[in-house]
Amino acid sequence: MSDHHHHDDDWPYPHPKQPDTEDAPFTDHMAMAEAVTELLIDKNIFTADDMRKMVEYIDSKSPAEGARMVARAWTDPDFKGRMLKDVNAAAKELDIDAGTIPIRCVENTPEAHNVIVCTLCSCYPRMLLGLPPDWYKSRAYRSRVIREPRKVLAEFGTDISDAVETRVHDSTADLRYMVLPMRPKGSEGMNEDALAGLVTRDSMIGVSVIKDL
Amino acid sequence: MSARFAVGDNVRVREAYPPGHIRTPHFIRGKAGVVSAVIGTFANPEELAYGRPGTPKQTLYWVTFPQTGLWPDYAGPEHDTAVVDVFEHWLVGEQQ
Repeated sequence: MSDHHHHDDDWPYPHPKQPDTEDAPFTDHMAMAEAVTELLIDKNIFTADDMRKMVEYIDSKSPAEGARMVARAWTDPDFKGRMLKDVNAAAKELDIDAGTIPIRCVENTPEAHNVIVCTLCSCYPRMLLGLPPDWYKSRAYRSRVIREPRKVLAEFGTDISDAVETRVHDSTADLRYMVLPMRPKGSEGMNEDALAGLVTRDSMIGVSVIKDL
Repeated sequence: MSARFAVGDNVRVREAYPPGHIRTPHFIRGKAGVVSAVIGTFANPEELAYGRPGTPKQTLYWVTFPQTGLWPDYAGPEHDTAVVDVFEHWLVGEQQ
């Protein structure tokens, strides 16, 4: 072992240090959220373990749940009809807990391509798609996809023909959205599990389409 | 509370800039669109944000705007749209 002491100003590696979470400023709102959490625990409204479990549960959600719904919708037109009316109720049929915030499914067709954004903050159907990607919450995505959707989609490698309408859904209020992507050509013989494996998170946000096989 | 607008109605978003917790984005204020769905009634977020009950509940609509009406320099085709969730008290009827 060398007798070097590595202080912050004596970083021996050729790359910058990864910032610690605490390096970001601790804002008033963060202080408030911590204070409210502590009060709720002190007053026995819920326990610290309840809080941890809920965070763990939300973190356990993944796009696989949305993908299962898409695969069922592709193979069962009646289910698709119910899903387009009420995603949360349709999810229950597959034993998926989509939560209580109403989720609307918007269907891609040969005439219209849907893409979702929350321009005001970062609303996202977490209960069906898991945690949002960082870019979804970025100011660049939120401000640009609403005013130049075709350019943003092209940056994601998704070219939408001018013959197709692009439809940007802004989740400004009490709904969350998921896109029902089009079923790719060449998938006719596949079963539901295999189909679910084709469905990506980005295709359910609408920044991507599922390529024909 | 019954919905004041129906699917297909031409509407315009009020051009108002009150302070507070407003869920109506600036880029649609003063802009014309068409009601494309009546979603249901929800507690008013402008009230909820201040710890009040949010009553009376407000009807929430999907309003479809042509992109070319929102952005003067919009580069895509005429049929491109934006669909925004807008509460009834932000909408006025528009003769067409």
